[in-house]
Amino acid sequence: MSTLSRDEVAKLAGLARIEMTEDELVELSSQFGMILDAVARVQEVNLEGVKATSHPQPIENIARPDVVLPSLTPAEALSGAPAQEEQRFRVPQILGEE
Amino acid sequence: MIFKTATEMADALSKKEVSSVELTQSHLDRIAAVDGDVKAFLHVDKEGALAQAAAVDADRAAGKNVSPLAGVPLALKDVLAQKGVPTTAGSKILQGWKPPYDSTVVSKLKNAGIVILGKTNMDEFAMGSSTENSGYGPTFNPWDLTRTPGGSSGGSSAAVAAFEAPLAIGSDTGGSIRQPAALTGIVGVRPTYGAVSRYGLIAYSSSLDQAGPFARTVLDTAMLHEVIAGHDAKDATSINAAVPSVVAAAKSGDVKGMKIGVIKQLQGEGYQKGVQTRFTESLELLASLGAEIVEVDCPSFEYALAAYYLIAPSECSSNLARFDAMRYGLRTGDEGGASAEAVMAATRDAGFGREVKRRIILGTYALSSGYYDAYYGSAQKIRTLIIQDYAKAFAAADVLVSPTAPTTAYKIGEKVDDPMAMYLGDVATIPVNLAGICGMSLPAGLADEDNLPVGFQIMAPAMQDQRLYQAGAALEAALISKWGGALITKAPALKGGAN
Repeated sequence: MSTLSRDEVAKLAGLARIEMTEDELVELSSQFGMILDAVARVQEVNLEGVKATSHPQPIENIARPDVVLPSLTPAEALSGAPAQEEQRFRVPQILGEE
Repeated sequence: MIFKTATEMADALSKKEVSSVELTQSHLDRIAAVDGDVKAFLHVDKEGALAQAAAVDADRAAGKNVSPLAGVPLALKDVLAQKGVPTTAGSKILQGWKPPYDSTVVSKLKNAGIVILGKTNMDEFAMGSSTENSGYGPTFNPWDLTRTPGGSSGGSSAAVAAFEAPLAIGSDTGGSIRQPAALTGIVGVRPTYGAVSRYGLIAYSSSLDQAGPFARTVLDTAMLHEVIAGHDAKDATSINAAVPSVVAAAKSGDVKGMKIGVIKQLQGEGYQKGVQTRFTESLELLASLGAEIVEVDCPSFEYALAAYYLIAPSECSSNLARFDAMRYGLRTGDEGGASAEAVMAATRDAGFGREVKRRIILGTYALSSGYYDAYYGSAQKIRTLIIQDYAKAFAAADVLVSPTAPTTAYKIGEKVDDPMAMYLGDVATIPVNLAGICGMSLPAGLADEDNLPVGFQIMAPAMQDQRLYQAGAALEAALISKWGGALITKAPALKGGAN
């Protein structure tokens, strides 16, 4: 049976930018072994020489003519902003003090 | 009037026997009477709906040409952006968000004069099979209010089954239209991937997501399908081809000489007895109508569930990175000079529910260096094998069939703490999503042991959606004549409104 420790879950949560409570980390860690065992079944199949499918339709990159089309106004784009200032999204501090 | 089909309502509107404002008000009254118990809606847009209805009535009075479903009301899954109307995808992280734009599906509905009554409940970001993962509490199955209506589009299926709307839109990433349709005794179609634009559909798993129609009859479903399908330059994965003639197919409903393939792997062990019985009876009916029944072998389907629960979480871990507390949605912990990263992490903890976190973490794991090839890479190869299985099966049959879900509707709370048990409910619907083809669920009767609806699934190759409707209409007509009326008329009356 696969396992994923509380610390491994905490590391993944950090990578995913989710600050989990201790209870959540423990709960996820306890469920993960079963889920990993179930999904690991993909490794039971001989996949040698099989191509990967990332997408169901055989389409190439789609480009459009480089012309300006109507888009959201600044007010519309900012309408859901948690905070704004001078027609911009105001975000928390992104650099340290020094 | 609310107990009629959408087609009958459209007919009455065109003959001016009823106005769209009256029809819309009747549905709003029904919602007021029964939705306290069903809880299908997260938001009812009474003013918006009545204004839309009045506009359609004015167009009709002025003698303008209106589209066939103009003035008929609809319930919209809360995963689709509607300008100025709260859109949450069932998540607390989007509570109160009002999109500044319409999704393409909504634009098409509005252009067709279809009246949008409100936004329906769903599993958070469409991750779930019971609506219990909604950040706003579950929806209840109108057939039995102690049970789930399925999910993730359970609000939409319950609204249609409870006669709160004749039509609804859902989205189907692993079965989220077909399974709730099955569990509530209505019709639901997941169109071919790329047939309906994903612009403005809040992304869960981009290579699997597809919006589609719900209704109480095959023909109504086809009418709505034709409204929302079609190429859209705003979605790079949208198929640039003519929309299949699904309405014509639903009206023909002829299966004489049609080859119907029963998928060996999608029946038997794990399927409830009453589900299997109704499925077999439906097959016999189709055979009696002149269809040829063959069995097909799809050995890779055994691994579809495992592949899905790697691919979908991987894509979701990437897609949901956009909920970063910076541009829209929830922001918490923004005090005392907290860093952007700390605010982001606190917000995502507060805003996401358990299942969403579980899938993001699983996806982060499956995509991480050292595990990528073994998990995500293998899952993508299984996907190729499933596509090959379908190609072989469709060489032997025009459509493929199976039960939609292995069981009827289960009790609220029964599987919520057991994610693997919940995932197993998607075993018959997931292969369609992985292959990007189309599928329908329609009612096949009630299971003997619990008197709850059973769904019959039909699958067809990409952009052959009309075959679903052709076979579906034939089976529906035969079943209705056998039962002496549509299955939905057998649903128990809800408190506050006689059926």
